[in-house]
Amino acid sequence: MNNFVLLVVVILIAILIVAAAIGIAKLIAPRSYNPQKGEAYECGIPTRGKSWMQFKVGYYLFAILFLMFDVETVFLFAWAVVVQDLGVYGLLSVLFFLLILVLGLAYAWRKGALEWK
Amino acid sequence: MFDFGVVTSWIHTQLTSVMPEGLAVFLECVAIGVCLLLLYVVIAIIMIYMERKVCAAFQCRLGPQRVGPWGSVQVFCDVFKMLTKEIIIIRHSDKFLYNLAPYIVILASVMAFACIPINRGMEILDFNVGILFFMAASSIGVVGILLAGWSSNNKFSLIGAMRSGAQMISYELSIGLSILTIVVLTDTMQFSEIVMRQADGWFIFKGHIPAVIAFIIYLIAGNAEVNRGPFDLPEAESELTAGYHTEYSGMHFGLFYVAEFVNLFIISSIAATVFLGGWMPLHIPGLDGFNAVMDAIPGFIWFFAKALFVVWLLMWIKWTFPRLRIDQILTLEWKYLVPIGLLNLLLMVVVVVFKLHF
Repeated sequence: MNNFVLLVVVILIAILIVAAAIGIAKLIAPRSYNPQKGEAYECGIPTRGKSWMQFKVGYYLFAILFLMFDVETVFLFAWAVVVQDLGVYGLLSVLFFLLILVLGLAYAWRKGALEWK
Repeated sequence: MFDFGVVTSWIHTQLTSVMPEGLAVFLECVAIGVCLLLLYVVIAIIMIYMERKVCAAFQCRLGPQRVGPWGSVQVFCDVFKMLTKEIIIIRHSDKFLYNLAPYIVILASVMAFACIPINRGMEILDFNVGILFFMAASSIGVVGILLAGWSSNNKFSLIGAMRSGAQMISYELSIGLSILTIVVLTDTMQFSEIVMRQADGWFIFKGHIPAVIAFIIYLIAGNAEVNRGPFDLPEAESELTAGYHTEYSGMHFGLFYVAEFVNLFIISSIAATVFLGGWMPLHIPGLDGFNAVMDAIPGFIWFFAKALFVVWLLMWIKWTFPRLRIDQILTLEWKYLVPIGLLNLLLMVVVVVFKLHF
């Protein structure tokens, strides 16, 4: 059968699982109202301020690095399928490609982007 | 090996003989959907039960044993308990994103789950770029986790979600590189084809040293990818209460819990498929009697045995090692696993190009 039809079925099933679980829970679960319940679960006292705030830049650097290497992995997948036919030529060309990327990683490493400060 | 495709094509011919083509395809889609739903739920229940029993064994306890024989009904009781708990949505949360997050987490896990070849002819999604699709589908999960943490408007959730985001996207690279090593060896990305290529030997044996290194890297990265074991700091309960799902209660929380356990199974079954031969039986060259006995065991039993073995291995790791810090986790990934993975990939290319593999 066509894989894309099945993909739609899979996505519908995923939505059904969540909707059914939450729907059943909403039907049979007891409900009560208490203003205390609406508070965030932190330390027992009301939360001070919002938690939608600026966040540590360290994570951002890793996200940038991830972007670089993830795109690289996608390129490599296309190459990996045909490398047996390409032979030594495929090895050498990807060696050059990886060299540039590893230089990027080495630069980030040297600059201290991989340190957690 | 028994080809399950015979059964499905028989069903298809029977259905098309009594009804028009479109209706038959629709009924088959419904049947596949029901099978997927049941399999997903059953796997989740088996995994939770196994986690409790294995964890108990490692801690010299007995685990659940009161409800049903060997406590086997315990998980069902837990599910019913969770269904009867109120779903609380806190006042200052972002309601839309808060409700959306479980959908995304479950969607990622179901889509990845549908890729797994269980038996010959028994796979739901069998794209010719199966591995790429699997990686794309499983990486949607991190979006759900980030949404859950952000929309809860809770500092614990936010810290947990950010840690989880950094950790999951980092370790995805190592998963990609280690699977890539095997793609170089097989020159195909289709899961069923990858299993078929292992008829004369599993890739962990065929692929020389690079395959073994890739398998070890895959186990470490996979364990981190599902936020378990020594890498469970997104939900480090002693410091962040429950991490990104602190504010989720009742069945909302249950869905995250189920997705986590099914993800563990998915990671293990991909390891079993790619490295340990999937549903292919164990063959030792020269021992024909032994090979015939192994062939008599159905493929899906081989598959589940291998997958559950890897699950057990990951549970062993989880209950043995203490939790790492976030900087140690990122150092392990970026300073050790990524360079080793790249070198290992080149090593595998050298092995393949100069025909050094078995």
